[in-house]
Amino acid sequence: MANKGTQKRVDEPTGTEFVGHEWDGIEELDTPMPRWWVWTFYLTIIFSVGYVIAYPAWPMFERATEGVLGWSSRGQLAEEIDAADQARVSVREALARVPIERLPDDSALMQQAVAGGAAAFRVNCVQCHGSGAAGSQELGYPNLNDDAWLWGGDLRAIEYTLVHGIRQVGDDETRTSLMPPFAGVFESAQMDALVSHVLSLSGKGQTNPVGAQIYSDNCAACHGPSGEGDRELGAPRLNDAIWLRGSSREAITRQILNPRMGMMPKWEGRLDPVTIKMLAAYVHSLGGGEDFVEVAEDPEVEVDEQT
Amino acid sequence: MSKPEEPRSGDERDRSVVVEDGIAKSNEPVSSAIAEPAATTRRHEPHEPARQHLPEKLYEAREPVHNKRVRGPFRMFKWLVMLVTLGIYYITPWIRWDRGPYAPDQAVLVDVANRRFYMFGIEIWPHEFYFVAGLLIMAGIGLFLVTSAVGRAWCGYACPQTVWTDLFQHVDRLVDGDRNARIRLDRAPWTWGKVFRRGFKWSIYAVIGLVTGGAWILYFADAPTLFGEFFTGEAVPIAYITVAVLTLTTVTLGGFMREQVCIYMCPWPRIQTAMLDEKSLIVTYKDWRGEPRGSVKKAQKEPEKFGDCIDCTQCVQVCPTGIDIREGPQIGCITCALCIDACDKVMADIGRPRGLIDYATLEDCEREANGEEPRSPWRTLMRPRTIAYFLIWGSIGLALLFALGVRSHTGLTVSPDRNPPFMLMSDGSVRNSYTLKLRNMESRPRDMEISIEGLPGAVMWSDTINRRDAAATQIVTVPADQTRAVRAYVMVPEGTKAGDFSFRITSQDEQGETDVVETRFSAPGES
Repeated sequence: MANKGTQKRVDEPTGTEFVGHEWDGIEELDTPMPRWWVWTFYLTIIFSVGYVIAYPAWPMFERATEGVLGWSSRGQLAEEIDAADQARVSVREALARVPIERLPDDSALMQQAVAGGAAAFRVNCVQCHGSGAAGSQELGYPNLNDDAWLWGGDLRAIEYTLVHGIRQVGDDETRTSLMPPFAGVFESAQMDALVSHVLSLSGKGQTNPVGAQIYSDNCAACHGPSGEGDRELGAPRLNDAIWLRGSSREAITRQILNPRMGMMPKWEGRLDPVTIKMLAAYVHSLGGGEDFVEVAEDPEVEVDEQT
Repeated sequence: MSKPEEPRSGDERDRSVVVEDGIAKSNEPVSSAIAEPAATTRRHEPHEPARQHLPEKLYEAREPVHNKRVRGPFRMFKWLVMLVTLGIYYITPWIRWDRGPYAPDQAVLVDVANRRFYMFGIEIWPHEFYFVAGLLIMAGIGLFLVTSAVGRAWCGYACPQTVWTDLFQHVDRLVDGDRNARIRLDRAPWTWGKVFRRGFKWSIYAVIGLVTGGAWILYFADAPTLFGEFFTGEAVPIAYITVAVLTLTTVTLGGFMREQVCIYMCPWPRIQTAMLDEKSLIVTYKDWRGEPRGSVKKAQKEPEKFGDCIDCTQCVQVCPTGIDIREGPQIGCITCALCIDACDKVMADIGRPRGLIDYATLEDCEREANGEEPRSPWRTLMRPRTIAYFLIWGSIGLALLFALGVRSHTGLTVSPDRNPPFMLMSDGSVRNSYTLKLRNMESRPRDMEISIEGLPGAVMWSDTINRRDAAATQIVTVPADQTRAVRAYVMVPEGTKAGDFSFRITSQDEQGETDVVETRFSAPGES
């Protein structure tokens, strides 16, 4: 391509100068960027100088250069988490102060406790009790929505269960009970009579003298003469509609011959006392919570010592 | 490489017209602006000379508008409209309206934080936004109505761009003097005097912008409180940002861009151009009366040769958008009618009848040009198109008012718990849990009765009502102007089948408003 040196050549159809570059007969026209674009570009360069000074920019071997502002995404995250914790501090302090049986008096605080407990429940409890806290009859995880409580359903009793667990090895104050296995004790006919009597307690079967006799000799001590159960011993009620291990004759027979007993871990030490309190409030709020009665002979829990 | 522009040696053929393939091809350069589309395929061949580039400029530098002061009825009307519109804008946020102790007492308030919109006696919740949509539709059709009745009256008098441009032009006049002084100053070199003068003027611009943006934010919060906070630096950042942005846009659009907004940026003139017809009222120059133009002296010598227009260009000088109305209707004309004032004054001075430039329809102009009796411009108001727009506009308004009048201030939503769907209780009865949301749109707390319909034997308690007090109906208090969530536990005796039933809420006041929601009761054994 003949380039006419310094002389400017103009492309006739467009009236634009040639740059002077040519590839296989295709020539480049000198079409400059719009001014506003160029100025924006210069501004970004100026901005970048400031940015490199202020913020981490150049990648080095270990880490990037630290900007004079000392900003890092990790640091920002830590600050934000800290701020979120700070925002909750007042609620947590108030919760730590109030004895749990007094919590329902302060409905605003109760609401916050229930909300916090719901979050903690989803992390720590749903594995056994299920996301709706309905438990599992097959596996023997109690339903927390209903009004049947093995160990008591007021706030303080629930908190105690949470703190010490059930049949937790290594905790002297854990809730514990033992139903002896009756395998080989009764003959088959006796067994049948006993199961019938147990079912009759909740109106599901016909009672009979043999079964009633066996029941009063072997079972009434813990489960009560009419099957009302005993929360202090953790002996389940037998005269209600709720059966943790099933209400069929087979299920009841199995439970008498070789009782299965559940275990719940203690949460003291794993969760802080305030979270445990919130969990207790949440479980209590699921619909089956009972009122705290001063005279109830619940195990003493020294609330204030734990804070 | 062959170069078309280099003539081959010995070729001395006349190139003015080449006939090839039976088609005559001109070798004269043809501008693409005037050539027929087919011409592009007939030219541009190697043996032809290169096309000559005929630049077509799409950009036009702005010619500053220095409109001259004018007096007259239309100018007075413009002052009046400016007073009213600016008055509405600045006074509205300060109007108080008593709504009782539970609602703000500002007459017009867009409460974004609490998601409420207050307008005098009307309160709108977010789910009622269709009222706002309806108002916007009415505003749109209202513009159609105005345009079909009186042409671009919105542009000429009431548009904020017009009002603020007018305001800024008055500031120009106040600081720099009238048209001629401003033109002189514009052309003058930058002396310290000019710098000071411009600085002073632009400071006034900035203050106007600040006051404009400052008033805007008062619609979104309690005006007296925000006003105080704004100056003590306690207002929220978004308030300062909004004011800054609006100050900038006001000064840019009203102070510097002015008529360019109307001519280049605004879509409304384009829509209006399509809506105007020969029956529309426009500001127009009666050329049959004015042309040919000539000075008073020339006209005195040969009266039969000249029209009424003496070419004094007063109409051009007073125009806020800098157009010449004598060129006919155009997009730059906002029909502010200041040229009518100017021309009428000149006509009065030289003793000719007024109305050389006047409000008229093209139809009437034609009639007048043919020597018929001119009709009153008011007749343009009553014609099918205007009436049709008015009926549509009015019926939307009535429908909105009706909907506003009959709307319920009570609402209920129900969501049953899905996990677990039902709960067996100790005594064999079955319990379901529901989350009810009770909406109280009145600005006072109201007791509402929740009742269960279609579920025999059902009792209910809630997160705040003890199970001991379970009953078929419960009364809860819903706070003023809020939605309250109630967790309801509904229990039925053993053996009740699953099925549909309803929650009904009834407000316990003289209104007795009610809402019913159907939901489902789940029970064991349900598939």
